[in-house]
Amino acid sequence: MSDETVQLQTQTDEPDAEEHEHEEHGSEEHASSLGLSNMKLAMWLFLGSECLLFGALISTYLLSKENFLREVQAGNPEVVSTLDKLNEVDPEKYAEVIETNSVFPIFDIPFTSASSFILLMSSLTMVLAHKAISEADYKNSRIWLAATALLGSTFLAGQVYEFTVFFREGIYFDGNLFGSAFYTLTGFHGVHVSGGILMLLALLILSSRGKLKQDRAETVELVGLYWHFVDIVWVLIFTIVYLIP
Amino acid sequence: MSNEAMALESEQSFSFGFLTRPKNPKGLLNWLTTVDHKKIGIMYGASSLFFLIIGGIAALLIRLQLAAPSETPEDSLFSGDTYSRIFTMHGTIMVFLVVMPLGAAFANYLIPLLIGARDVAFPRINAFSFWVFLVGGLMLNTSWFLGGAPNGGWFNYAPNTGVTFNPDVGIDFWNVSLLIVGIGSLTGAVNLITTILNMRAPGMSLLRMPVFIWMSLVTQFLLLFAIPVLTVAQILLLMDRTFDANFFNEIQGGDPLLWQHLFWIFGHPEVYLMILPAFGIISETIPTFSRKPIFGYPFMVFSGIAIGFMGWGVWAHHMFVSGIGPLSVSAFSVATMFIAVPTGVKILNWIATMWGGKIILNTAMLFSIGLVTQFTVGGLSGVSHAFASADTQQTDTYYIVAHFHYVLFGGALFGFMAGFYYWWPKIFGYKLSEKIGKWNFWMMVIGFNMTFGPMHILGLQGMPRRMDAYSEAQGFTFWNQIASVGSLILGIGTISILFNAVKSHKRWVAQGRPDVGPDPWDARTIEWSIQSPTPEHNFDKTPVIKSLDDFWHRKFVRTSSGGYERIAQGVDIAQPGNGEGVHLPAPSFWPLMLSLSMVPIGYGLVFTLWLTIPGAFLLIVSLFGWALEPADDLDIGAGHE
Repeated sequence: MSDETVQLQTQTDEPDAEEHEHEEHGSEEHASSLGLSNMKLAMWLFLGSECLLFGALISTYLLSKENFLREVQAGNPEVVSTLDKLNEVDPEKYAEVIETNSVFPIFDIPFTSASSFILLMSSLTMVLAHKAISEADYKNSRIWLAATALLGSTFLAGQVYEFTVFFREGIYFDGNLFGSAFYTLTGFHGVHVSGGILMLLALLILSSRGKLKQDRAETVELVGLYWHFVDIVWVLIFTIVYLIP
Repeated sequence: MSNEAMALESEQSFSFGFLTRPKNPKGLLNWLTTVDHKKIGIMYGASSLFFLIIGGIAALLIRLQLAAPSETPEDSLFSGDTYSRIFTMHGTIMVFLVVMPLGAAFANYLIPLLIGARDVAFPRINAFSFWVFLVGGLMLNTSWFLGGAPNGGWFNYAPNTGVTFNPDVGIDFWNVSLLIVGIGSLTGAVNLITTILNMRAPGMSLLRMPVFIWMSLVTQFLLLFAIPVLTVAQILLLMDRTFDANFFNEIQGGDPLLWQHLFWIFGHPEVYLMILPAFGIISETIPTFSRKPIFGYPFMVFSGIAIGFMGWGVWAHHMFVSGIGPLSVSAFSVATMFIAVPTGVKILNWIATMWGGKIILNTAMLFSIGLVTQFTVGGLSGVSHAFASADTQQTDTYYIVAHFHYVLFGGALFGFMAGFYYWWPKIFGYKLSEKIGKWNFWMMVIGFNMTFGPMHILGLQGMPRRMDAYSEAQGFTFWNQIASVGSLILGIGTISILFNAVKSHKRWVAQGRPDVGPDPWDARTIEWSIQSPTPEHNFDKTPVIKSLDDFWHRKFVRTSSGGYERIAQGVDIAQPGNGEGVHLPAPSFWPLMLSLSMVPIGYGLVFTLWLTIPGAFLLIVSLFGWALEPADDLDIGAGHE
């Protein structure tokens, strides 16, 4: 999140060390062994670590959902009674859940598809923002950054709406295993989107104060990397949680 | 350059007007705000030794409890409950607050020096990694006074750790403080991998990196991928305990085995990331003190990488008795047998390095040989776990306790001891006393084998681990008493390194602080090409690396007859330690502040959620303070003489 870079003046035995020294202040690429800036490498490593985080969360969701459905099918009264509220609010949906022994009737797939589409589109605007700043087109880069943040916020709003509907139907975090796992997984993703929006807003503020110029286009690229990653994770979550029976 | 300086100056006006970047701070403030990898490494080491003393006291209490049979609960020194808390804290402290941070201590201090860099890639993040580890570690230890230490064992199995069975705050302390420690490990891993991959001196290709660097790289990759899995497990537990979720609640169909899988997917890479830094250390000491290059360098490197990959495929061998089914058991048995191969390669290579060498048996070398020997014993008992039928008998007995102490104490800690004796002159400017060192080593070897050797027998006799009492009739008394006597010798032996440090320092001061020289061991790697103790700026000039063991090749040339001839002494070709014109990363308050924000958040999650609000406020302020402070300041730099 922070713009941490170390630029070290080094004296080397190389004959062209003097020339290098001045260039190193502009960008770090000359100093690094892999030809990739430290920040970018660090971001890739961090995202690699995040893969394991979401991998473990998705596995937990799949396991918890299966266990929940197994208990429902077995008629475990402790578990079935957590669906009483749903029966009260929407008896049809309740009957469908019991009959098909699946959680899919609870989801509003068309709605979530729409909000997923919105989140995917935000990756496009993110790319355009990076392209604009690379071409020193600061006005457009701000427009696209704002658009990305707005699309991300729309997705989040959709998630809040979805959670509210579920809550009214009696799907509680502390109710049953499905509730715990669903809110934890999608909530974690939501927190990641929120973090991304905060980064985008920080970029917007920097840019409007004239502190985000072409030479720092990489900062936008890094936020972009994170943003695309969060999008890709959502594609996985959407497919695994909402689509695959 | 002047533009840059002006830009930085104008950005400085962004700061909140307090906790602005300290200018060349002195004393305590210097340590609190430092971003120097060497000081951070020393602080990691000192904290680990402090926690080692606490964990060691817990260990001695365990041995005291088991020193005699007890027929009734009144006979025992501690109640079963207190005993559970003691062994849980012993295990947790030793794993998370001693062995892991000791690895971090060596990695921090040595990685930039061995690859020829000025500092790590992100010096402020480096400071943050340390402070957040210290905050988490101290928080865990306050549990003794604030409602009881955790009692779930170091792997904290569900559902025993649920609120139903464990209503007091001990488990919350375990969970939350290790989450905090985990943040430090993760940021440290990102930082150190970036450093190794990206900040090598010109000419230092991957296959010219010292084995220590390779092992550190594998270690940090293991951390990078293992920590998030533990984090998820801990978050699930946190949700269960604090927000009434149902992940491990069997009434709702929750699966306690989920905890075991997540924990051991983290936990098995964890055991490798605890031992690999020690492997790296002795891969530096053994060649130096055998006066030979390391035998089979590429095999050393690739066997380390192989361990890193295979370490992910063996986790369920911790769970053979949990009913995971015959197919899983067979698959994980085979994988466990295979993982012994790269470790065997390493042991063979160390022995082959010593073979025919002119071995110098100083303390560092003794500890290295101690590692090779004792790790082999631990490795052999480890392979015996791969046979699931035998493992079913050994699970949760003292045989397991013997095994992992042979690899983690006899292996990892002996390796770190070798590292202390080897690099002490580079870090502090004087050698540790060889005389006390020999005592240190022999007391540790004798005490260690007396303590943990008999546990193999006790385990095979059927003594369960974690039992708080045994009766005379069970026949465990004799070997337990041997082990308890041994543990006392071991304790005195281990602590004598601190005695040695104090004593040697006194003698050095009394002698008028003689210069130990840049290269006291006539060593091979480039950290010995600079003065001792390491100058604040590390290298005057970034070295250009022409081969593996570069420094050695600068001292020796190949003769026409095929041998080697010395052309220079280390002291002649070492850099003079002139830091003029070198710019260093500037100190900062924000890593410490950001870590301190974990204090209210941590205690808030344990006791009352309201406390997390000021914590979150402090967190946000610190993040902004950090982000708005320029990463570097050209006017401040400790290297400006």
